[in-house]
Amino acid sequence: MAQAETKTSPRVEKTADLARRLKDQFGDLISGPEEFRAEFSLKVADAERVPEVCQFAKKELGFDFLVDISSIDNYGDDPRFTIVYHLYGYGHLCYLRLKTDVSEEKAELPTVTTVWRTADWHEREIYDMMGVRFRGHPDLRRILMWEGYPYFPLRKDFPLSGRPTELPDVAFTEPAPMAGGPFVTIAGGKDTVAREPRVRIPETDSLETNARLERRRDIKEAHGKAYGPGPIEPRK
Amino acid sequence: MADVQEIKFKEPMARTAEALDGSCAANGELEELHGDKMVLNMGPSHPSTHGVLRIILELDGEIITKATPDVGYLHRGDEKIAENMTYTQFIPYTDRLDYLAPLANNVAYALAVEKLLGIDTQLPPRCQYIRVICCELARISSHLLGVGALAIDLGAMTVFLLTFTEREKIYNLCESLTGARFTTSYTRIGGLSRDLPPGWVEQCRKFLKEVVVNIDETETLLTRNRIFVDRTQGVGVISKEDAVDYGLTGPNFRGSGLDHDLRKTQPYLVYDKLEFDVPLGTTGDSYDRYLLRMEEMRQSVKILHQCLDKLPGGPVNVPDMKIVLPPKDRVLTRMEELIHHFINVTQGVNAPAGEIYFGHENPKGELGFYIYSKGGGTPHRLKIRAPSFVNLSILPKLLPGHMVSDVVAILGSFDFVMGECDR
Repeated sequence: MAQAETKTSPRVEKTADLARRLKDQFGDLISGPEEFRAEFSLKVADAERVPEVCQFAKKELGFDFLVDISSIDNYGDDPRFTIVYHLYGYGHLCYLRLKTDVSEEKAELPTVTTVWRTADWHEREIYDMMGVRFRGHPDLRRILMWEGYPYFPLRKDFPLSGRPTELPDVAFTEPAPMAGGPFVTIAGGKDTVAREPRVRIPETDSLETNARLERRRDIKEAHGKAYGPGPIEPRK
Repeated sequence: MADVQEIKFKEPMARTAEALDGSCAANGELEELHGDKMVLNMGPSHPSTHGVLRIILELDGEIITKATPDVGYLHRGDEKIAENMTYTQFIPYTDRLDYLAPLANNVAYALAVEKLLGIDTQLPPRCQYIRVICCELARISSHLLGVGALAIDLGAMTVFLLTFTEREKIYNLCESLTGARFTTSYTRIGGLSRDLPPGWVEQCRKFLKEVVVNIDETETLLTRNRIFVDRTQGVGVISKEDAVDYGLTGPNFRGSGLDHDLRKTQPYLVYDKLEFDVPLGTTGDSYDRYLLRMEEMRQSVKILHQCLDKLPGGPVNVPDMKIVLPPKDRVLTRMEELIHHFINVTQGVNAPAGEIYFGHENPKGELGFYIYSKGGGTPHRLKIRAPSFVNLSILPKLLPGHMVSDVVAILGSFDFVMGECDR
């Protein structure tokens, strides 16, 4: 494998050069690079300027592929969170890692979806798992956990065994789109024939819908919050 | 016989526009319906979503105007679990990422940890060759399923049965190699759980002869099949810019004509000593992605033949008992080996503090592991960059403008797996 190492060394030099150019452009904002196993990490001191740095890396240095964004919880340290960006260039085939710290009080930084659109789901995942928000993100919702889940499970103070949630069993089910409409079965009917939309008679329909609305009200009274979209208006 | 009439095909979006201000708009009753879009819930348990993907489709007639994928139904918290166990203990969890190619996941994870330990270049040659064999078998297995599932979704049942017959043989190979058919957990940090069993190489050669015939047969059923071509050509076209911007990898990326394969550009194991081509698509549609998978399988067969021919002898593990478990007979008779065994099992491999990213060319795309270690036997953070997760994020951009039935073709050609997407 000795040959392999000598073969990759020009690429290591190239990566070092790219890291240097990024550092020269932004001066004190960027510290590093730290080298470990022929990989280079740069630290961006101010999380607010990450999009600017990324934009430069993409446009001027050819890092056109955002491989991944991850988050680290440095529980007990301040600042608590580190956001890690892995960049790659299809032109020069070099990886580069950018890191930035975010404090627990703020837990917010600007989005890079304006630079790479693939950042969309990565940032949603970090918001979902670590509770760090991305300002300017087009659609910052939970992605792996359900809407309304109260914790951020990848934080170090969240136990491995999980925490019981106070949520009712319908927390992650919401009425199906167009529920109550003519082509939609109604869950919880007494048998499949009763649920079959083509044989349903309108009177039972409204009964079912009323029952559903009542259940929704019950949940709201018990938990102070109703889940899913607004009440379903029964069809005329 | 009646004259054959040519059906004038129009772009789906053009048809929507026409429907909106077409002649039927004059009819007052119908006019009310215009602008009233239907929301269709597809999944999470739908045969063509291959697992538990849910897509909320907003339809104008039969044409999709908006698509919102909803993932996470198979979320098991693998990354959290990894923070709480030793590096070796996490290997079985990697089986359950892309459960259609567990061997490739095992190899990717082992290589990532070995990169952290700095021993990825010291692996014995036999280990490296066997790992390449594992990766390529996994690729064939995954692509056979991808093609078979795409075909059955489009109504071609025979292909599915054909490809699954062949996958069964791969499972038999896995079984004799690892002891398990699906949950292989074959690699260990610094090597493999065991060497090839006697007669395995011949068994594998026999399989390679058969699979080529099967691939050809599949081609004759699909490649020039009018129905299949009509349903996949020009459907789900991904431009080069979008493929890069949305971070696509693997066959879905190369289908758009972009040349990037980690086996060539960041050669790991012995891929730089093997001869193979990386097939590329031209238009980036579902048909190209299908063709590309077919060719990738042939290339994998080529790689496998070379590996079996060149397969060197020697050990399969690095000779470092602080990383690999010492042989059992020595553990039971010698003090030093007993200590190593004890430390290895209870505390895990002592990794240095540092962070690494390792990207592996998995059948579905770039499977990456980012490990942030503060030293010791467990990672502080282990991030899995799952190709299916990233590949699916293009759906809201890709689906609008297509018909409902095209969704099936597009999803089939994407060949994703939710175990990996949701982790």
